[in-house]
Amino acid sequence: MGSDSLPRAPGIEAGIDRTPALTRAGTYLERVHEWVVTVDHKRLGILYISYALVFLLVAGAEAMMIRIQLFYPHNNFVSPFTFNRLFTMHGTTMVFLVGMPILFGFGNYLVPLMIGARDMAFPRLNAFSFWISAFAGLLLYYSFIGGVGLSGTGSAPDVAWFAYAPLTEKAFSPGHTVDYWAVAILASGIGSIGTAVNIIATVFCMRCKGMTLFRMPLLPWLYATVSFLVLVAVSPLTACQAMLLIDRYLGGHFFDTQAGGSAILWAHFFWIFGHPEVYVLVLPAFAFANEIIPVFSRKAIFGYPAMVAASVGIGFISLGVWAHHMFTIGMTSFGNAFFTLSTMLVSIPTGIKTFNWLATIWGGKIRFATPMLFSIAFLFQWVIAGLTGIMLSVSAWNWQLHNSYFVVAHFHYVLVGAIVFMIFAAIYYWYPKMTGRMLDERLGKWHFWLMVIGFHVTFDTMHFPGLLGMPRQIFTYEPDRGWTLLNQIVSVGGFIQAIAVLIFVYNMVHSYFRGREAGPDPWDAWTLEWSTSSPPPVYNFVVEPVVASRRPLWDLKHPEDPDSAFE
Amino acid sequence: MYGLSVFVLAITGLIYVGVSALLVYAIVKFRARKGDTTEPPQVFGSTQIELSWTIIPILIIVVLFLTTARVLFSVQDAQKPANALDVIVVGHQFWWEFRYPQYNVVTANELHVPVSTSKAPEPTFMKLTSADVIHSFWVPQLAGKTDLLPNRVNEMWVDPQTPGLYLGQCAQFCGAEHAKMLLRVYVDTPDEFKQWIANQQRSQAEPSGGGQVAESTPNAGNVAQAVASAIPASSPTTKAHVVPENARSAQEMSAKAGQYVFEHQACISCHTVSGTVATGRYGPDLTHLMSRDTIGSGAAPNTREELMKWIGDPNQIKPGCLMPAMHLSDKQDEQITAYMLTLK
Amino acid sequence: MATVPLEHVANEGEWKLPSRGVVAMASLITAESSIFTIFVVAYLYYLGRDVTGPTPKEVLEIPYFGTVCLLSSSGFIMLAERAIEHGKMAAFRLWWSVTILLGGIFLVDTGLEWQKLIVHDHLTIHTNLFGTCFYSLVGLHASHVIIGMLMMLITLVFALTGHVRVEHSYRVEVLALYWHFVDAVWVVVFTVVYVVGR
Repeated sequence: MGSDSLPRAPGIEAGIDRTPALTRAGTYLERVHEWVVTVDHKRLGILYISYALVFLLVAGAEAMMIRIQLFYPHNNFVSPFTFNRLFTMHGTTMVFLVGMPILFGFGNYLVPLMIGARDMAFPRLNAFSFWISAFAGLLLYYSFIGGVGLSGTGSAPDVAWFAYAPLTEKAFSPGHTVDYWAVAILASGIGSIGTAVNIIATVFCMRCKGMTLFRMPLLPWLYATVSFLVLVAVSPLTACQAMLLIDRYLGGHFFDTQAGGSAILWAHFFWIFGHPEVYVLVLPAFAFANEIIPVFSRKAIFGYPAMVAASVGIGFISLGVWAHHMFTIGMTSFGNAFFTLSTMLVSIPTGIKTFNWLATIWGGKIRFATPMLFSIAFLFQWVIAGLTGIMLSVSAWNWQLHNSYFVVAHFHYVLVGAIVFMIFAAIYYWYPKMTGRMLDERLGKWHFWLMVIGFHVTFDTMHFPGLLGMPRQIFTYEPDRGWTLLNQIVSVGGFIQAIAVLIFVYNMVHSYFRGREAGPDPWDAWTLEWSTSSPPPVYNFVVEPVVASRRPLWDLKHPEDPDSAFE
Repeated sequence: MYGLSVFVLAITGLIYVGVSALLVYAIVKFRARKGDTTEPPQVFGSTQIELSWTIIPILIIVVLFLTTARVLFSVQDAQKPANALDVIVVGHQFWWEFRYPQYNVVTANELHVPVSTSKAPEPTFMKLTSADVIHSFWVPQLAGKTDLLPNRVNEMWVDPQTPGLYLGQCAQFCGAEHAKMLLRVYVDTPDEFKQWIANQQRSQAEPSGGGQVAESTPNAGNVAQAVASAIPASSPTTKAHVVPENARSAQEMSAKAGQYVFEHQACISCHTVSGTVATGRYGPDLTHLMSRDTIGSGAAPNTREELMKWIGDPNQIKPGCLMPAMHLSDKQDEQITAYMLTLK
Repeated sequence: MATVPLEHVANEGEWKLPSRGVVAMASLITAESSIFTIFVVAYLYYLGRDVTGPTPKEVLEIPYFGTVCLLSSSGFIMLAERAIEHGKMAAFRLWWSVTILLGGIFLVDTGLEWQKLIVHDHLTIHTNLFGTCFYSLVGLHASHVIIGMLMMLITLVFALTGHVRVEHSYRVEVLALYWHFVDAVWVVVFTVVYVVGR
């Protein structure tokens, strides 16, 4: 499927700006300078995505080191201190320096284009948010060399990504590891809140004429929900990190149990952030699915109003489930029961979305380009991830599963199987728009299949050591527990995924220079970003669009059967 | 509990099979045929279908929740029978302290509990707390895990039906050697348990220094009585003899010398050996060290070689554990090891 | 891009969207409320759990004067908003200055209270749980007052040099929204610390 075989809608052609750029970017330094001072949402989006992909490779390397260490019991590939730093940094990096930036990057790039706006509501705030996030990442990684000593791995955080107090209090973590963690994540949180404010203001205040909220594509809806969640949920993390720093440097007693402080309070505050955070990460993946699956099934998304309601509902309910991370911490049975119920309830709107995707595919004419391959794998994997989540929500069973590799398998199923797969889908889908060139389909299929095989070898297997009682965050395990072979299989799958990702990186670089030219609308899609050139000019649209339905390009291409007749 | 997990697995398994089957069917049946560039009929939604796949999941959730709640309340709010064994578990970085208030026994890292049969049920009820950071007590084959928090007491119970050795470990990241905070739970027959308790209650005081052996009958909840018949706490006046006149062997001489070294170095500020001047509480109780199969909370087997290595520098075995290397001479290490070997 | 047939849109009348500044400020207020909520929850949770040190009852005096000043400043800022909407720049400058003054009085009042607590009652952030929670929560609020006042002072400087005109009333409205939020937070903090907590 591409730009040559399908009928072109004349309206689009007329609107493409083909005048050559008035000024050619000059020297190398001038081009770098342009990127550093840019406030253009598209460039900032690409900066976010590139930054995140670099850290994806770094965190992936950390994961591979973990898997090598866990290949044999009593292995000493790395010391316990290094291992504790590796899993802390792997988790922290993946969540804050890969997940959040890449999803904000796509939001930045796509939301204004999809709503027919020329930029985000606050371009300079946008730039500030990016640069403070970038600074945060560099600060976090500086910890490896900064601070106490250069032998081993210096002062990188080693307290697990959720940094439970009182382990993080000065008494138990006298070095600077916790400080790097707290300050870096605080800074990145400020960037996240800035972007969230920007997205909400853009979605509510910058839509083009005719685009009521219910004519908006689902992606901006989901990003608005995500932004609301960021506002309400990242702030508690900021608050409790401030409390931790007050404890560590001003002699405060928030988490000082000797003075009457509470160890459980950190856990509550952190997970009040931590749970909505994972919905912040997954809702954009849903947003990509909402855009990609219809286009490659050649049908409109099934049940748009239900999808809006379900997405917003997921956002709200996710604010009330956090203590399912704390079923073993000693809450009352009433508390445990409440959070069991609320967690199970979140599966209802999630199920609605999944069934709606199924119904979108049903009766369609599916085209198996790489974005669709990843989306289909996402659907299968998302169902499993959700179901293992239901298993974990059964608090009585959770007492066995908590902090075991079953949990690790579950959340990697969500983070990799759902989110990373949809990020790959999104890159294959929108890379042509961003660069003007198609990614290579053959390499894409290699990437896809290796990724599927590696992912399932690793994460399907990983459920079993969890069920057999293997805890997480341990630098080595005992040979008499029966987990050795399973760990080895898990590690092998990791290497397969690493190869897949390397193929993907090669594809991106190679196609940038040699890829087939994409044109404005290579996938024959229906939302506004495909009505402008690839890549779009700085001002996005020659003429500000006016829309009359949810799929303005469908109406243009099918004047005999426009959506506007039905809405 | 096992029944509940199988039930949940069955329901989720059915859902997965059903949804996947539909998905597989859809991607096979509805693939675009080669060369077909027409669009399929556009269907925008159906309220009826939406309602059905909202209501049915709600019903499934209600069922799942009610079955879970039943098990949840029955486990967490279980009544403690009168003859239950009480154990207090205190988590430390990176070892476990176990106290049996009914018997006035203090030990570390290896827990002994009596087997509980349906004819003679004797569950063990545990109170858990921590001396420093958050830990978690997890022996998968016996029960789910419960966290140990400072400044807070959590409760759990186990009701093991089969005697044997059960392995577990700390399940909440607690620092550098979290991975080596292992657990060994010995479920003993009633006779084995009685024997073990009797041994644990013996003090290591010198025969001349006095100290009775408390009875091994359980004192159900009567702490005062247990205290009254307790081993006298070791006092500074109970001194060790350096070289008794009738030393029987070089080994015994070495052990006596070791006790001297032990009691005159910093060892006693962290460790307790009941009946002697060693009353430290920071590290594990060593009174019956040799009744344990491992040292360092499972980090190494309890043999002479490993003990020597540990006493020389614990970081060789468990780097990051909180016992520092004492930088004693090799001879002193040997002597202390010999002393430790007498603590049966 | 070319426009789509406009029959639907033409019937819909004028295309009106909410103002960016107000939506952005409302979003920021949402985030800040979330931060304050966490500190308030910690404060309430730790009431009565001190192991040592002075208790709230012993050392806290209700700051009536400062509270009246701060809350009334909300009224004066509304007067200022109305003035600039109608182009009455002199009135705007007057009411704006009064608002800043009242905010300043509140800060001085807080400063005096803290001086008494630290010097007389020996209550600092590291004395005990109450000290930690009190200074964190009240201090967080005070820092928001300071930021608001800084922004208002900058605006005042622009107003005094003649750069603020009637078309900037929308920006003033956004700032005023922030100031109302700061006052609303004080109502909550006041209730929690001086009423419930004593």
